[in-house]
Amino acid sequence: MSGTHGTQTSAGPVLGDTPPEATAATGEVGDNAAGMAAVGRVARALMPDTGVISDPTQLRTYECDGLAHYRVTPALVVLPETTEQLAGVVRACAEHGVPFVARGSGTGLSGGALPRADGVLVVTSRMRTIREVRRADQRAVLEPGVINLDVTRAATGEGYYYAPDPSSQQICSIGGNLAENSGGAHCLKYGFTSNHVLGAELVTPQGDVVQLGGLAPDAPGYDLLGTVVGSEGTLGIATTATVRLVRLPEEVRTLLVGFRSTDDAGAATSAIIGSGVLPAAIEMMDALAIEAAEAAVHCNYPDGAGAVLVIELDGPAAEVQHEYDVVERLCQEHGSFELRLAIDATERALIWKGRKSAFAAVGRISPDYIVQDGVIPRTALPEVLRAIADLSSSSGVRVANVFHAGDGNLHPLVLFDDGKPGAGEAAEKVSGAILDLCITHGGAITGEHGVGVDKAAYMPKMFTDDDLDTMQLVRCAFDPGGIANPGKVFPTPRLCGEVPGKRKHAHPLVEAGLADAF
Amino acid sequence: MTTVSLDAARTALSSACGDVTDAGPADAVDGVPARLVARPGTTAETAAVLQAAAGHGLTVVPRGRGTKLSWGRPPERADLVLDMSRMSAVLDHAAGDLIVHAQAGTLLADVQQTVGSAGQRLSLDESVPGTSIGGALATNTSGPGRLVVGTARDLLLGVTLVRADGVVAKAGGRVVKNVAGYDLGKLVIGSFGTLAVITDAVFRLHPLPAAQRFVTVPFGTAEDAAALVQTMVHSQVVPAAVEVEWRVDGAGTVGVLLGGTPAGVEARTAATLELLGTGAEAAETPPPGWGALPWRDDADLPEVGLKLTCALSGLAPVLDAARRAAADAGVPLTLRGSGGSGVLYAALAADAPVDAVAAVVERTRTACTAHGGSLVVLEAPAAVQAAVDTWGPVPAIDLMRRVKEQFDPERRLAPGRFVGGI
Repeated sequence: MSGTHGTQTSAGPVLGDTPPEATAATGEVGDNAAGMAAVGRVARALMPDTGVISDPTQLRTYECDGLAHYRVTPALVVLPETTEQLAGVVRACAEHGVPFVARGSGTGLSGGALPRADGVLVVTSRMRTIREVRRADQRAVLEPGVINLDVTRAATGEGYYYAPDPSSQQICSIGGNLAENSGGAHCLKYGFTSNHVLGAELVTPQGDVVQLGGLAPDAPGYDLLGTVVGSEGTLGIATTATVRLVRLPEEVRTLLVGFRSTDDAGAATSAIIGSGVLPAAIEMMDALAIEAAEAAVHCNYPDGAGAVLVIELDGPAAEVQHEYDVVERLCQEHGSFELRLAIDATERALIWKGRKSAFAAVGRISPDYIVQDGVIPRTALPEVLRAIADLSSSSGVRVANVFHAGDGNLHPLVLFDDGKPGAGEAAEKVSGAILDLCITHGGAITGEHGVGVDKAAYMPKMFTDDDLDTMQLVRCAFDPGGIANPGKVFPTPRLCGEVPGKRKHAHPLVEAGLADAF
Repeated sequence: MTTVSLDAARTALSSACGDVTDAGPADAVDGVPARLVARPGTTAETAAVLQAAAGHGLTVVPRGRGTKLSWGRPPERADLVLDMSRMSAVLDHAAGDLIVHAQAGTLLADVQQTVGSAGQRLSLDESVPGTSIGGALATNTSGPGRLVVGTARDLLLGVTLVRADGVVAKAGGRVVKNVAGYDLGKLVIGSFGTLAVITDAVFRLHPLPAAQRFVTVPFGTAEDAAALVQTMVHSQVVPAAVEVEWRVDGAGTVGVLLGGTPAGVEARTAATLELLGTGAEAAETPPPGWGALPWRDDADLPEVGLKLTCALSGLAPVLDAARRAAADAGVPLTLRGSGGSGVLYAALAADAPVDAVAAVVERTRTACTAHGGSLVVLEAPAAVQAAVDTWGPVPAIDLMRRVKEQFDPERRLAPGRFVGGI
């Protein structure tokens, strides 16, 4: 995810206006103006004046998310404070065929919250209450605008924390995490958002409010929640999330290990995973990424390192000691020349600061850069890193590598200067070639940033038409009108057709305010 | 099927798949006689069979190894049993990447044997002996290990499906981290074969622990059991499992599994013995019945099998409600399950009066739902099934119906087995 201070400077080759390939996905101003006006009236009736934005200057502040080179000004922004308000707006959208896009904190890196020019942007930042921290249940119930790190802050006093930790965790929202199935450094051991969200109240694209999952596991019926998490806002908007809280570990050890090359660091990573030790995190940075981090946050990483690993071990003290011994031995066997163990929380924080600020730090050594996100089988790490180095040297485009080595989730940062003619295109080409490398090695085009608008065109490289068509059957079940974040994830929308028994609008009783649709 | 001749269907199926036979009495699905059985050997053959079945309007019930066909409601019809047992190969075990790729009919035990040779395991407990991985996915079975590693939804990385219309689709992939596209794997887990046929699957693996130890402690009341469970889940010993068993004779046991390094497990066992207090004992081997469904303790004696879930804080009232309801109805009841995860299984004798069973189901379900959970009647004789609500109330049922309509608009895959008559 983006840098911790929200100063993401990522810029693709096309600045200012929306890239041409994106316009079909983002709508035209004035499409269905009557419908838009009707939705605006409903929104104003439901919410106070401050919750509905239609002033063009204010609207522009919502024109992009963390992937700033795609920009579209929405027709209307709403900031609901309750499920009823949010569902009312969505229901009006459904009734009038107006597309809507949900947005949490706007830190996403694939343009998943890129607005529609002909649509409503539903911002969840005013739904920010931590409803419950239920220690006895090891669960918390959250509104979607709650900031990721605030969940851990609220649970720490009870001896618990929320495990998924995207680098943007100081500002990103739980609703956005849910939509994107966000990961983070510690998902190697603890899993992703989808493993930690166990229930959600969902406003469907038709404006119905449904409960999926909850405090107890294994709810009977289809696991719709499992499909909604990671669907990038195309199946509805979560208005609460019930999440798992994880016991704070008895002991944590954070190590910084210097290697001469990424080959050595990659081999050490494979050896650690192969030994049966499951660290909480194994992160790798190469020389260029280390240089950037040093320039930005003076993290004091080992001099002359071609790569560093940040390894964190946690759990019962008796196990962590053994794991530490194994990791130390394996690092030495694979050519580490320096191994530092953080002796206190301050040192641990400094080690992590270098890693978590790496994306933003690259801005110190390059005016522009593309953050790539791809996955490979972890055993292919050395081979793929060499291929990326070859790509870089043959094209003259610098690539800094920062990634979740334990998961095989790469985040190459492709550096360029948009002031130089052709530099953006060259960087884009290298960035695309890296994704091709991931695909040919049996990997995935995104491990945690999502497909969004940015990678929809790559989906056919990973999936057949039949695969994509089958996924969109789910879309048609949830959103027959195709109004929930259209243009994201899928390169071509599926025409849903009419299915007998399907109703287009909310139940008449619900519309009349006589019943809730739980 | 009523308008199409069986001969024409058999001919079409036989050209799609080399192994098509007439069904026998053993092929009946939960008492519903089947007419034909097809055993495809590949995904392509499975697709051709489903296409042929679609062309002849046949209903299709997928079958892995047939160990859980009696779960859920009986299907309305079972024209064709799609038997996956010939698709039983472990396609790939990439030990360095900790993944395994296997065909749907592969025995879970065979997968474990393959990956076990590299010191790894698929962390899906075999709660029903003889199960295939496709069957385990379709019914979402789990066991004690779910406390830490989760269930099938936490382990499945990629899946190949064949839709009712014969279209083959893949979702997910072969890497542990992947957010490209919808996670159709989660959608088919626990779908009882009503959405699509699973033909192969990729799972993440875990290292086998070098050492493990079981600690058990008796309890007398529901409150005691819940307090012991709370002690363990909030402790720093990181148990791999926290199980609760309450037998017919009133003997209750909380069981804890610790896994890790020999030295670590020894230290954690000592800590656990101290936390659990008087009567706690450690052993190298699992206590009897560990991880088994209570109604399968004696395979010759059919029983009613229930699955109960609740929020962890609801464990005491749910245990209590189930015991009291059974006592009031005069029906012997055994409870066993993953108390630390809020999941319990209950067994009632099949010869118990139908009214009594229905009363136990209703009262226990009330307690489960009051604590955020549910009660499902997984297995029961026909008379009981006719008298109880098998699946209970299902929130979002309308949305589920719409998913079914999209995937299988003609309702030909296991019609009627699943929630709300899906």
